[in-house]
This record gives sequence, structure tokens and C-alpha cells, in this order.
Amino acid sequence: MSDATHPAPPPPGALEEEAHRRDTRTRWLMSLPAIFIIVCFAAGPLLVMVVYSFLTPGDYGNVEWEFSTDAWVNVLLQRDIFDDTLMWADAHLSIFWRSLSLSLITTVLALIFGVPTAWFIATQPPGKRELWLFLVTVPFWTNLLVRTIAIQELIRAEGVINTVLMWLGVIEAPIQMMFTDFAIAFGMTYVYLPLMVLPVYAAVDKLDFRLVGAAHDLYAGRWTAFRRVILPLVKPGIIAGSILVFIPCLGAYVTPRVLGGGKNLMFGNLIELQFGAGRNWPLGAALSLTLMVIVMISLVWYVRVTSRERENG
Amino acid sequence: MAETRIPEPGPESPARMAPQASPALKPPRRRPKGYSVRTLPCFAVLAIFTFFALYAPILILVAFSFNAGESLARWEGFSLRWYVAAAGNEQVIDAAIRSVYLAAAAAAIATVAATCAALATTRTRRFKGRTMIYALINQPLMVPEIVTAVALLIVFAAIKVWTGHTSMVYLIAAHTAFGVPFAYLPIRARLETMDDTLEVAARDLYAAPFQVFRRVTLPLMWPGIIAGFMLAFVISMDDVVITEFVKSAGQETIPTYMLGQLRRVVTPEINAISSVILLAGAILVSLFFWISRNRR
Repeated sequence: MSDATHPAPPPPGALEEEAHRRDTRTRWLMSLPAIFIIVCFAAGPLLVMVVYSFLTPGDYGNVEWEFSTDAWVNVLLQRDIFDDTLMWADAHLSIFWRSLSLSLITTVLALIFGVPTAWFIATQPPGKRELWLFLVTVPFWTNLLVRTIAIQELIRAEGVINTVLMWLGVIEAPIQMMFTDFAIAFGMTYVYLPLMVLPVYAAVDKLDFRLVGAAHDLYAGRWTAFRRVILPLVKPGIIAGSILVFIPCLGAYVTPRVLGGGKNLMFGNLIELQFGAGRNWPLGAALSLTLMVIVMISLVWYVRVTSRERENG
Repeated sequence: MAETRIPEPGPESPARMAPQASPALKPPRRRPKGYSVRTLPCFAVLAIFTFFALYAPILILVAFSFNAGESLARWEGFSLRWYVAAAGNEQVIDAAIRSVYLAAAAAAIATVAATCAALATTRTRRFKGRTMIYALINQPLMVPEIVTAVALLIVFAAIKVWTGHTSMVYLIAAHTAFGVPFAYLPIRARLETMDDTLEVAARDLYAAPFQVFRRVTLPLMWPGIIAGFMLAFVISMDDVVITEFVKSAGQETIPTYMLGQLRRVVTPEINAISSVILLAGAILVSLFFWISRNRR
């Protein structure tokens, strides 16, 4: 295919091919700065982390350059100090379980509040929809930490909710809401709700309401029409929204740190711990890679749902 | 929820059979009550509640930044004392300047790189490796932030030990990498709505390639570039996780400073800082929407 091997009269199309090749090269050169930045400061470090996960932890953090698979074993198991037997690492398992269950609870809460909101926006008159959508997106673009602080100030022992409830005489002593799993789920729902609303909105917006009307004409009650007509048509949007909420919940770090305190750790906080007080960088690297793989699997699922939807629609 | 149990005709009920048996007959009386297909019970109430819940915490936070007392829940009169306190707090000012400097530098580099990449990957037929470039550029969005943060910590810690160099370079590099996909999105979207007729015309009129770019392409894609820069800027300003792991001693940004303060006694000073961030963010986001909508 290279130029040197061409016979003297260039076959038809050779010139175009040459031009196309040159064009491709220019395009690669132009993409190079972006590729360089991402390879060096985002993708590359992940590969370095793979190497680190197979090393031995150093005494004061960092690593010793000595091959070991302990970190990967320690993700799920722990070695007894006395008789060297392996058993389940209960501390890790309970944190994984909390991450998973809180992410699921958050997704369900986001469904309960997000789907009606999306439906509400999509059924507004066309001129008003954009404003409502804007109202949903604005909080999403405002600082995540600030929104978490807003929740924290709301549910503190001396926060607004407790103060108002005590003033009304509903409770006598403040309810402990901070530093509980409830606080984390509540905060994550608040923070990630727009991620549910937007894809569900897109699905409801495409919904052909004549189909619902047809169901009505065919004697379907409201509930039947919802279950048999609306839900199947909106389902791809609901699945997409659920995955979009679930993924950042799994990797959440700020919200559980601020609202969960030091005791109610999630996956992200467990990773941080290994680089702080835990001083076990290889384990931290192995945990990070585990989290990354779980998220990647969810993302592939998401891409398959949305692309199937695109083919059908 | 009682509303949802509107009589549902069973399969053998006369309601369903009647019209098939004799289409000429009028619809039987047991047809479900008329309802609007666009409303669902409870949905509007839940939606309105959601909008309320979305904004109430933020509004309360802003309101108490003006509190005269130290409480975050009991109103003790209007005062700007917490804004004055924040403005007089050297650490806050220091962190704010660092945040803006970092965001501006990172967003500028990210935007230049993203503009080149967007020019290269749009308005072209498929070429070898285009999908790979897409995937690479979007890679930072695919990985949880905590994972990227930890990976950068590992690499930068090694470099810091090796070179002994601990300046803002590391933070700028990290924020730039994270900013590229965000800057790329609006620029690419902008380019995809532009056809190349004007550029072809310029070329036909003997404009040199650089002239075409400088005088035609660039002015046309400018709104996309500004939007991309603003998005990268906002993302960098808001970042906590990556900054928290990459920063060296004494390199607090506003978000990491606030995160550190939360461990102590919280006063409305945090609210005052938060309100300023919210205001700045709201302005930037509104501008972003305005730019990307207006020039379509």
C-alpha cells in the first residue's frame, strides 16, 4: 500500500488515497495535544496504579518495589495474624454492602421523585418546558460541595429541620440525622436527582400520547394505561436514568464524607483511608481498580440500553 | 392513590366484548371515566415538591449567610458580618485567588487542546482511529473521580519525590486533563452545526488555509469555544476530590478549604463563601446556556 511500491502510472484513486492518508495524519497531529494531556494525566496514571496494586506497602505510606498479590487478596479476604488462615474481610464487605445498598436506595428515591418531575416537565406547554428543564439543571451545575453543605446545615442537630420540629413541639430532643446512612442516601438523592430527570424527560418527551389515548379508547383504566402503555415506552429512559444515578453513587466520596462522618464509610472513603491512616497504597490501588471495573460494567450496560433505544426510536 | 383504581374492564366483561359484537352500538356505560392522558395522579404534587426540595436547602443556606448571629437555624437579624469576616480572612482570599488562577489556567489549556481535537474529529468522513480519539478524550468522564484522584496521587507523589518540585503544575495538569472532555463537548457540538460552505467559498477566493481558519472558521466556532472554556472553568472551580489528593501543603483551593473547615465549628461564614460561589456559578451557567442557545 505504500507509495514506493506503486507502479509508474498511479492507478485510479491512488491520489485520493494519498490525500486521505495525509488528511488523517493532520487530524491525528491536531488531536495530539488533547491525547497527550489525557494519556499523561488521566489514562496513564491508571496503568501505573495497576502496577502499584501488585507491590508491597511501605511502612510510612507509598510502596516497596517487591512483587506481591496481597493487595488483591485483601480486597475481600484478610489473613489472621496468629494462624495465617484466610477469612472474609468483614470490614470491607460491610462497606461494599453499604455502598451497594445506599446506591440502590438513592436510585429508588431518585425514581420516586425524578420520574414524576420529568413527566411534569414533559407535559408542560412547549414554551414553558425549557424553563422547567433549566430549573432542574441549575442546581446540578452548582458546586456539589456547596449543595452537600446545604443538606448538612439542614439536618444537623441544631439545624433547620430539628429547630422547626422542636419549635412545633413535634419532638422534644433533636433527632440524630447527621452521620447516619439516612443522611448519605438523602444527600446523594438531592445531589444526583437531575441525572434521573433528564433522561426520563427525554423519553417522556418522545412518548406519543395518541397511544395513551388509544389505550383509553380501548377501555384501559388509568393504571392499566400507565402499566401497559406508558411504562414500556418510557422504560429505556428510566433504566438510563437509574444507571446514571447509580454510577456516581458507587464512587461517591464527598457526600458520604461530609454527611456520613468517619464511621459510615462508602467505597470512595475506604479507598481514601488506604492512602491516609491505612498506609496501604497497594490495597488502595486494588480497591480503586475494583471500583473502576464495577463502574465500567455499569457504563457498558448503560451504553447498550441507550444505543438499543436509538436503534428502535 | 384511590384514583388509580378506576374500574378496569376484565377480559370477559361486557364492556370489552360489546363493541366487537356489534360496532354500531353506543359505547356501554361501564367505560372508564374520562381522564386526561397527560396527567397522572400525584405526579404533579410530587414534581412541585421536588422543585421545592431542590431549591429550599440552597435558599436556606443563602438566607443564613446574612444572619446576624452565629446560628445556622435561628434568625437573629440581618447582617453582612459573615461576608466581612470571609473577605477579611486571609486563608479564604488566598484560596479564592488560587482557585481562580488554577481554573483559568487549566480551562485555557484544556480549551486550546479541545479546540484542535474538535477541529480534527468533526466534519470529516470516518478515518482510522477516530473512535479511539473519541474514547480517549471522554475517558476522564468514564472513571469515578476518586479513582483518577488516587491514580494521580500515586504518579505525582513519585514525581514530587524524584524532582523535589512542588508547584501548582500538578494541580493545573490534573484539572486540565479533567477539563478537556468538558471543553470538547460544546466545541464539537458547535462545529457539527456548521457546514463548510463559507470555508469553501473563502478557499475559492484564494484565501490561504490559515486565513480561512483565522477569518472564517474561528469566528464561526467562537461561541462553542467560549462555552467550552466556561464549562471547563466551572468544573475546575468545583472540583474537590482530585484537588484534595493532588495538592501539596499550602495549596488549598476554595472547595478544599471549605471541606477542611467542616470538621470544625461551622459558622455562617461558610454560608457566605458558599453564597458567593453559588452566585458566580449561577452567572457562569446562565451565560453558558445563553451562549449555546442563542447562536444556534
